[in-house]
Amino acid sequence: MTTASVTWTDSDVAPRPLVERLHEWVTTVDHKRLGVLYILYALVFLVIGGIEAMIMRIQLIAAHTDFVSPQVFNRMFTMHGTTMIFFVAMPLVFGFANYLVPLMIGARDMAFPRLNAFSFWLTAFGGLLLYFSFLGGSGLYGAGNAPDVGWFAYAPLTAKTFSPGHSTDYWTLALLVSGFGSIGTAINILTTILCMRCPGMTLGRMPLLAWLSLTMAVLVILAVSPLSAAQIMLLVDRYLGGHFFDTQAGGSAVMWMHFFWVFGHPEVYVLVIPAFAFASEIIPVFSRKPIFGYPVMVAATVCIGFISMSVWAHHMFTVGMSPAGNGFFVLSTMAIAVPTGIKIFNWLATMWGGKIQFRTPMLFCTAFLFQFLIAGLTGIMLGSAPFDWHLGNSYFVVAHFHYVIVGAILFTVFAAFYYWFPKFSGRLYSETLGRLHFWLFFIGFHLTFDCMHIPGLLGMPRRIYTYEPGRGWDTWNLLVTIGVVFQGLGTLVFVANLVWSYFKGARAGNDPWDAWTLEWSTESPPPAYNFATLPVVRSRRPLWDLKHPEDPDWKYEQ
Amino acid sequence: MSPTSIFAPVSTPADSIFELSMFVLAVTAGIFVVVFGLLVYAVVRFRRRRDDDGSEPPQVYGSYEVELAWTIVPVLIVVALFLATARVIASVQHPPKPKDALDVVVIGHQYWWEYRYPKFGVVSANELHVPVSDPAHPTPTFLTLLSADTDHSFWVPRLAGKTDLIPNHPNSMWIDPRETGLYLGQCAQYCGTQHAKMLLRVYVDSREDFDRWIEAQRRPARADAAVARGRQVFETTACVNCHAVGGTNANGRFGPDLSHFMSRDTLAAGAAPNTPENLRLWLRNPGAIKPGSLMPAMQLSDEDVNAVADYLESLR
Amino acid sequence: MMSVAVPVPEAEVAWSLPDRGRVGMYGLIAAEAAIFTIFVVAYLFYVGKSLSGPLPNQVLHAPIVFTICLLSSSLTIHLAVAALRDARTRAFLLWWAFTIALGAVFLGGTAREWHHLIYDVGLTIRTNLFGTSYYSLVGLHAFHVTVGLLGLSLVLVLGLGEHVRREHAGRLDVLSLYWHFVDAVWVVVFTVVYVIGR
Repeated sequence: MTTASVTWTDSDVAPRPLVERLHEWVTTVDHKRLGVLYILYALVFLVIGGIEAMIMRIQLIAAHTDFVSPQVFNRMFTMHGTTMIFFVAMPLVFGFANYLVPLMIGARDMAFPRLNAFSFWLTAFGGLLLYFSFLGGSGLYGAGNAPDVGWFAYAPLTAKTFSPGHSTDYWTLALLVSGFGSIGTAINILTTILCMRCPGMTLGRMPLLAWLSLTMAVLVILAVSPLSAAQIMLLVDRYLGGHFFDTQAGGSAVMWMHFFWVFGHPEVYVLVIPAFAFASEIIPVFSRKPIFGYPVMVAATVCIGFISMSVWAHHMFTVGMSPAGNGFFVLSTMAIAVPTGIKIFNWLATMWGGKIQFRTPMLFCTAFLFQFLIAGLTGIMLGSAPFDWHLGNSYFVVAHFHYVIVGAILFTVFAAFYYWFPKFSGRLYSETLGRLHFWLFFIGFHLTFDCMHIPGLLGMPRRIYTYEPGRGWDTWNLLVTIGVVFQGLGTLVFVANLVWSYFKGARAGNDPWDAWTLEWSTESPPPAYNFATLPVVRSRRPLWDLKHPEDPDWKYEQ
Repeated sequence: MSPTSIFAPVSTPADSIFELSMFVLAVTAGIFVVVFGLLVYAVVRFRRRRDDDGSEPPQVYGSYEVELAWTIVPVLIVVALFLATARVIASVQHPPKPKDALDVVVIGHQYWWEYRYPKFGVVSANELHVPVSDPAHPTPTFLTLLSADTDHSFWVPRLAGKTDLIPNHPNSMWIDPRETGLYLGQCAQYCGTQHAKMLLRVYVDSREDFDRWIEAQRRPARADAAVARGRQVFETTACVNCHAVGGTNANGRFGPDLSHFMSRDTLAAGAAPNTPENLRLWLRNPGAIKPGSLMPAMQLSDEDVNAVADYLESLR
Repeated sequence: MMSVAVPVPEAEVAWSLPDRGRVGMYGLIAAEAAIFTIFVVAYLFYVGKSLSGPLPNQVLHAPIVFTICLLSSSLTIHLAVAALRDARTRAFLLWWAFTIALGAVFLGGTAREWHHLIYDVGLTIRTNLFGTSYYSLVGLHAFHVTVGLLGLSLVLVLGLGEHVRREHAGRLDVLSLYWHFVDAVWVVVFTVVYVIGR
């Protein structure tokens, strides 16, 4: 057996000028730095999107308030949705995948480092273009020319006739550009996983995060492309006089909906599958057991990926499809609940019989299990088409998808932040601040999003800048707004924790959690080349094998 | 109780959805109790004890039997839910249509509702009148849903689920309310700036009241010499480009038909009660009531505003 | 600060993974295929739905010759790469140039067809649903042909400067995958527009 090690101390390197360091970051092709750039970019937009939400919630705190005009409100909900999906959730997901995938499969970088950088800057530019729309138009207090057509931009509201200004164009172009960036990153992730695994790491020995990233990448390739196509069609309509969605010329508004949701539904799986990935890495480590049912988890993931491409019209149950059409999408939507439920059971079974340590990452993952369960169940309600004829386009749907995106995805993203922060920064975060963040956010989340279901059940549609008193919506809306304050505070604590710990936290060492995947075998933060020598693996938990040579995984794995 | 609750149906489509929703809620509640119970148990029972010796627990990799069990049970639940759902889809989307069903054509506009009763030649706006339906001898109302501009959606929760109004894509729905009264709702598909104030008011009348209402709507607009001045202002300013008043040369279809304006309780699709002050405010400055509405401020003098308002108030 | 040693066991099964360039190109092809699928679906959906003329069977004539040119270019590019693999550089350059010429002829044919449709028949992208969906679909394909030709021309210039050698055959093979994809898309577009849609 040969071993290799490298020693490197801080005093060997003299500090470089700020300009040089910034230049390095701007021109980097290192997957770890690009990962950090994606994540920081997303955090900035998380705060901005949160402010947009706050503005809406103040306006809706009571019936007939006058905090903002209808025009501004309509821009707020459009920008909030577009920002959170495309410039917060996607970059977070790509950022973590970028950082972690090469490390976890024992590679030195992604397959195409320059494409990686190019894709990041495309996405970044898309976000800046979208926010440039706030300038001009009706002025800053009128929210400028920001898109006001809803984040799914239904036709024919987006036609030149009904949206004569440029608000729709900002939406279209910003997302077209960042969409190409997303496709580039997805191709990169796909190729990296298929072509750059270290010796011994067969597909069946990859960490689940890699499998889930692979599935996510395939979904991005197949789903973002239809959105790009539809956006090109919209540009043809708006600028070349085309009639793709021009109902006056015989065009079809429903066709836009089909194209959009063929993107839109797999997109939410693009966002939630990485959440599953984080949970699948974190829960085992803090339960001190391997993930229960690895092969079934892989199969369930692939099934979810497939089925997710066939459920899209459950967003269109109210548009007047035939009973057969509605029935098909009910069936496919309900069917996807089966592999999803299997995953929840497998996570539970991983915890079962373990010795669970409730450090901050595990707190967030446990809350994820609870909240994702509820989100899945409200999803089943929405999947029953007649029930959706009431619940669709109401605040019940808004509550459901925030339960998924915040309650499941953002919670596991927080868990991932805390879990991998020592690896990214070389420091330990403050466990006290972490717990404070968790409880503030948990309380705020539930206050807001549990209560939000009720107005939907009482007839409140979405995307309304004000509502009538006397419909029973007022108190619930007040509670929803109050919850946002707690979430905001929790987020501030989170940011403070990150910043303080980065500079003042205790040194983390390579493996603070006593974990089992390859990223914990190298330094914190990893050197630019990731590993001194490329690892060779014999099981799914190479570090377990090292730490337990009498009892290695490769003797027992299914 | 909320007038727009989905749990207080008075019409068959809403009833069917209500029953299905109870079944779905029961099933999902059951799943929740079981899984949440297991989660709580796991969290409590398997947390690391303070006096733990630091050893690793038994490393269990999986169990195909267990996986099979928790695949089969969900599949069965899915099948049950699907079958229950499919039944309701069929019954709501393929209803029997009795001979004396009423047909109404609903046309969605930015931001008001146009109602046409083809059998009676009646054109009205914003407040839908339908006859009550006796469950023993049903007289349902069948709505054909069209749109003049963007997408809208007709949602009156106590009567039925929502169905969208999409240009170039006619839809249909039906209601058979069994209790008279006023039922509320609003547009449920974002259609532009004033989507929030495109409110729905459905008046379910007794047979006699409904017939009387139809009769009144079929009459041409009242011609009252006392408001001739107002009528003249109305017909010579741009009002007639958008509005129609039966029996006059006002024939615009872009905005609501005003022939029987005073038969309505609200103006601007429910945005404000139909009172003399609100009417004058609306005429002077629509943006004060519904900013972003497509009715322009007509820049009339105070005198003309009052004259036109008097005229409109004569259109009973 | 030290890194943890990861033991390297004795030589195991030979470890070979697919080529990055090929997999990446397949990924790109999948994305592009998804984009084209949407345009094809729109085209098919709108067949027969235009509110006014001109209609496909009145104005479209199947461009057989130009199609043969484009599809043959798949063969010529294959021959070019095979030649390079055998280090027959001159043959490579000839076949490669021939490929570009065939592609250019195809584009010229499209340009001619469009000129006729716009100026003689009066069909533009704004005329009716057929016009919109036809120019968009065929135009999207022509755009991809153009991008392909630019790439191929770059290689030709490098090749004429004697910078392209046998060891580059793998990369050119990956590039040729893109070109084959463009041809395959044309088979679909041709069938949808000139056969089914008429």
